[in-house]
Amino acid sequence: MKEKFLKLVSTAVPLPVENIDTDQIIPARFLKATIREGFGENLFRDWRFDEQGNPKPGFVLNNPKYSGRILVAGKNFGCGSSREHAAWALYDYGFRAILSSFFADIFRNNALNNALLPVQVSDDFLQRIFRIVEQDPSSKITIDLENQQVVLPDGTSSSFDINPYKKVCLMNGYDDIDYLLSLRDEIAAFEKSLTES
Amino acid sequence: MSVSKTLFDKIWDAHVVKQKEGYPDVLFIDRHFIHEVTSPQAFDGLRKRNIPVFRPQRTTATADHNVPTKDQHLPIREALSRHQVEKLRANCAEFGIELYDLGHPYQGIVHIIGPELGLTLPGMTIVCGDSHTSTHGAFGTIAFGIGTSEVEQVLATQCILQYRPKTMRIEVNGTLQKGVVAKDIILYIISKISASGATGYFVEYAGSAIENLSMEARMTICNMSIEMGARGGLIAPDDTTFNYIRGRRFAPQGEELNRLINKWKQLKSDAGASYDKVLRFEASDIAPMITYGTNPGMGIRITDRIPTPDELNALSEKSSFVKSLQYMGLEPGTTLLGKKVDYVFIGSCTNARIEDLRMVARVVKGKKKAPDVEVWVVPGSKQVEKQAREEGLDRIFEEAGFELRGPGCSACLGMNEDKIPAGKYCISTSNRNFEGRQGPGARTFLASPLSAAAAAITGRITDVREFLE
Ligand code: SF4
Repeated sequence: MKEKFLKLVSTAVPLPVENIDTDQIIPARFLKATIREGFGENLFRDWRFDEQGNPKPGFVLNNPKYSGRILVAGKNFGCGSSREHAAWALYDYGFRAILSSFFADIFRNNALNNALLPVQVSDDFLQRIFRIVEQDPSSKITIDLENQQVVLPDGTSSSFDINPYKKVCLMNGYDDIDYLLSLRDEIAAFEKSLTES
Repeated sequence: MSVSKTLFDKIWDAHVVKQKEGYPDVLFIDRHFIHEVTSPQAFDGLRKRNIPVFRPQRTTATADHNVPTKDQHLPIREALSRHQVEKLRANCAEFGIELYDLGHPYQGIVHIIGPELGLTLPGMTIVCGDSHTSTHGAFGTIAFGIGTSEVEQVLATQCILQYRPKTMRIEVNGTLQKGVVAKDIILYIISKISASGATGYFVEYAGSAIENLSMEARMTICNMSIEMGARGGLIAPDDTTFNYIRGRRFAPQGEELNRLINKWKQLKSDAGASYDKVLRFEASDIAPMITYGTNPGMGIRITDRIPTPDELNALSEKSSFVKSLQYMGLEPGTTLLGKKVDYVFIGSCTNARIEDLRMVARVVKGKKKAPDVEVWVVPGSKQVEKQAREEGLDRIFEEAGFELRGPGCSACLGMNEDKIPAGKYCISTSNRNFEGRQGPGARTFLASPLSAAAAAITGRITDVREFLE
């Protein structure tokens, strides 16, 4: 069982950069662990720390003004390498949802498989979120999974899409493997028909 | 009346175990590849659930990302890398999976060894916890990268839950100019449609310029499908494909192979099949390509200027563009020709097959590298290395001052010992130029093996056509 996702109300961290690839989210040299936990320490490692390991003051995660469980990022978030470690690192750091105007396919799947909600909104709405959060970092954003709505403090809102199956999984903390395991007999029968054709 | 289907639809439909309204399709996976980085947590998952691997004979493992490319017979020096490879060894032994471990004659980069061993066959569904699984699409397969949770699903059930992606057809027609190879075709396409231009799609490559390519060149094209966001890319199998497969170690043989070839001949899109999107390019428009930025879409013809922010189409990309050029230490509006490079990396699952090495040897034969560049040639597999030595390519490289190393992912990603130092420029035949991809602070120019070879000789970014009179 995974953590259930129902409704998230949180401040947000703005990262208005496009094409953030998973090598930035978690560089390859930190992928050597053989467990799922602990990747948060190295989230955005090379943007966050200099070579000596000192925090770079200009990077948003080092800016005490911003915190929260929502990351707001530019379009095409999570492109590049399929490393699920990217989703683990974001989750481990404390994020529970990513807002962007576009997600790379593999990252989206990986996030959904790890109770991390990718929320895709329009470019305009995304820019609006950046403005609101940057003007007032204490602004709280509501992500309501059941009603598929993102609501901003000024009352404006936007709906978002999510696959109905994935929605049920997230809201109940199910994972795909339970469903697949229940089909093992059907799978074996299918395999037989495949090799006979 | 039967409906016209695309090649993609034919393979997908033949692998759907179950379809249910509102649910993703349950897709049967014919072949699964694993490596040390993205599999340990999946095996832990099986252990936690106390279940075996459902079909161990359909999974093949190798160690590639974390292995050194020098002194491969010695234990891996770096403790964490060693631990990860040992973990793979223990997991494969415990769950009954064939492993081509360091030192094994079949070891190599996962996407190089699958095809070369005849494990990759037309019409298959293939997955691996690695985005460049798209490489196998060159054989007319549905092949795509997955995350570790999905690796666990495949190990547990030989199936994966997937939504059917949209389909895109990319045609390249006509004849390639001299000095232009598969890598240039794909870098050109990505530069035209951007690093996210095919997100949500599965691409079929077609057209005369694609049909005329060798299998290895087709793999280079399909390999980089992910760099424009596509889940994967595939090419209809033909005689080139069948001839490549014949005689491979694990490929079907004799009558069985002939029977299969007859079946595989049906693996093409029907006339009139419809795609969600169709793009067409002319081969004659393509020149040797090079990237200047920090995503593979930021590419230009080697003789072109880097654009200026004003020349960019999308306003929203400007900030990323400026950041990217700062990282690369380059000025907008300038040309890359003559720019000094510090390293040349010839390797990776994009360009480390025997034809790539031959291409490099053809350019450098009888020449020497520039004194202040370091040149690494990293074969994609043990078998490629062996063949290169048998053909005498190793001597050509040695005389040129290149270092021929042992197989692995090497400097394609800054994970193992082979890293490009901060601030240094590397012309690389790999597939990603992301910030820090080849090591923290490393600056990458992506190009073809021909262009990399030319740069090795001059020490500068060079139009390889000058070498090909
Ligand atoms: S060579 Fe590079 S791209 Fe290919 S599998 Fe290895 S790390 Fe990934």
